[in-house]
Amino acid sequence: MTAGSTLIACRALVRRDLTLVWRRRGDALNPILFALIVVALFPLALGPEPEVLRRIAAGVIFVALLLAGLLALDTLFRSDYEDGSLEQLVLSPHPLALLLACKIAVHWFTTALPLIVAAPLLGELLHLADPVRPVLLAALLLATPLLSLIGAICVALTVGMHRSGMLLALLVLPLYVPVLIFGAGACNAAGNALPYAAPLLWLGAALVVALVVAPLACAAALRISLS
Amino acid sequence: MNVLTYWFHKLGSPPVFDRLARVLAPWCYGLALVLGAIALYGGLALAPADYQQGDAYRIIFIHVPAAWMSLFAYIFMAVNAFIALVWRIKLSEVLAMASAPTGAAFTFITLVTGSLWGKPMWGTWWTWDARLTSELVLLFLYLGVIGLYHAIEDRRQAARAAGFLALVGVVNLPIVHFSVNWWNTLHQGSTVRLLGPSKIDAAMLWPLLLMALATHLWFFGTLLARTRNGLLEIDGGKDWARSIVLASQPGAAGAATERSHV
Amino acid sequence: MSPLTEISRPPLLEARGLAFARNDEPVFGPLDFVLHTGEVVLIEGDNGSGKTTLLRVLSGLLTPTEGEIRLHGAPLTLDLLSPQVALLSHANGLKPELTALENLRFAAGLHGLRHGISPPTALAGVGMDGYADVPTRRLSAGQKKRVALARVLLAPVALWLLDEPYANLDPEGIGLVNRLLENHAHRGGAALITSHGAYAYTSGTPRSIPLHARPARDLTGEGRPRGDGLPGHSLGDDAGLSPARPGTPP
Repeated sequence: MTAGSTLIACRALVRRDLTLVWRRRGDALNPILFALIVVALFPLALGPEPEVLRRIAAGVIFVALLLAGLLALDTLFRSDYEDGSLEQLVLSPHPLALLLACKIAVHWFTTALPLIVAAPLLGELLHLADPVRPVLLAALLLATPLLSLIGAICVALTVGMHRSGMLLALLVLPLYVPVLIFGAGACNAAGNALPYAAPLLWLGAALVVALVVAPLACAAALRISLS
Repeated sequence: MNVLTYWFHKLGSPPVFDRLARVLAPWCYGLALVLGAIALYGGLALAPADYQQGDAYRIIFIHVPAAWMSLFAYIFMAVNAFIALVWRIKLSEVLAMASAPTGAAFTFITLVTGSLWGKPMWGTWWTWDARLTSELVLLFLYLGVIGLYHAIEDRRQAARAAGFLALVGVVNLPIVHFSVNWWNTLHQGSTVRLLGPSKIDAAMLWPLLLMALATHLWFFGTLLARTRNGLLEIDGGKDWARSIVLASQPGAAGAATERSHV
Repeated sequence: MSPLTEISRPPLLEARGLAFARNDEPVFGPLDFVLHTGEVVLIEGDNGSGKTTLLRVLSGLLTPTEGEIRLHGAPLTLDLLSPQVALLSHANGLKPELTALENLRFAAGLHGLRHGISPPTALAGVGMDGYADVPTRRLSAGQKKRVALARVLLAPVALWLLDEPYANLDPEGIGLVNRLLENHAHRGGAALITSHGAYAYTSGTPRSIPLHARPARDLTGEGRPRGDGLPGHSLGDDAGLSPARPGTPP
């Protein structure tokens, strides 16, 4: 297969997945609504004191977005598996890892990016300190693709199961721990006027590695699941 | 044929492994119990009390070997999962999955003894110490592997999928440890450590090492027994497995012979 | 029957001692057969005899437990296989939200396009030209099957693996499938199709590969099927040696 035809295949896949999201655009708002509700629960549980909320704001937003992303993960391969397009993808003459990378990218673009856009609004609800906001956005921009890539491996492993929701959370969340620590850690460091570059750089380095390795791992996991 | 590959293939065949495991497993259990008892006596009775922590430190004779085993079992599982995925060796699949529950149990013991030790030392049952937090994540990794293994019906596919997850976890584990350490310094957690770089008296060292040996033997004992069970389950339709099951259940012999003539 | 033709040219597809086991319980095989270009071969067997599994093994989705598959005489690898095989399985591989034409355009992008055909002409070729802009979820089962057949028609491959292509189709649709198969055989392609026997490839006398259902698990509770010592699951010699027999044109 030539590189040109692979490019055509990737473009066809991206266009199809974007069209599908557009046709089901009612569902696209759900992750944002979920994150909004989770964030709104914290002042209700902890009380409305701005000082308390400001201290936990970045961490709560991070966790809320992580959980919203976790719920959205299930849609990554679910419908493709059920209608048989996933096996057509596996049977295509192009590198499966590359096609999966396209799928993950579209998924990130349509589920995680809206969440990042909504993050400043969530920050206002929790009185997020002004100097933390850019750090939070940078951390989310680096962390959410990482979460999508790691999550995709686990989704690929559970793709054949009927009710995989809880199991998927059990598989994914331990792997999310370092991302959460560095992402929320950078925000907390910024909130305490400490240097925050190091954790962001770690996230960036991890993202570069994951961009290369995770689609390959995802393809291998998918082949195991489909066998 | 190369001698090494010959033995590799020979040991990889389920009937041969079954015979070996049947002989070795009781020895592992027996030796583990004897050595463990000696180590406990050495640790609890013979070793002197710590000048700082008094007698409370003695829990390390359980805690530390269990912590070592929790990591050892995970690495053992990951190595076998790798072999199983690359060379598709059935025995390695079963070995990897057989080591998961024992490893999870050791991790659980580590967490419980760690928090027990934390009560007299720190005054709380749980502290977000870097090592304890890493162990907690390790426990979740184990539970994820076990959960995935039991969620898939096809045993061999389940072993491959769970083994793949174990491999992802083994990449993640050092990162978790590193990140948790970083997080711990950021939040200035406790400075007292269960496993500090402090010098250790020889009278405390030998029971510790002996206990480590005992836990290894126990691990291999359970591993052999579990693997035997797993192989019998997968190979249940094959002749060697049937003959073993029939030999252990004299009552079932008649029924099975009858079936084989259908 | 004597092995007299096609000796110089390696067959399109060749299976030797091919067997697949799930959970170490045999699903089919060992099987030996060859498929030459210009041939349409029917895989016959009852429910549960492993027809679908056989097609999935041949498509490369499943790795055979034993035996070997050769494509044009060369041992099979997935890289070699995927540009040469189109699979139609029970799940049609169509997105219900997309129109028939959009589905085909995506398939053409993913698998490539056969020379001299385009998504609209393929749709017309399966008698669905009026439905190009209808979302697939509004089509009936038989119409979906036709769109899926159009997808197979588009792919620039020699080997078609069609699982129950006649299912859900009306008599006219069955005739259509037969025509598509004949044309494909004439341009030098080959196809393996499964059927549980209700409908069959009617033109010419297609060769068939019989698959036998495994005896069901015994229900005594111990539940161990006897995987060993069951004779007679391989094909007769006839199937392996018969020369190419393309379907006779009507």
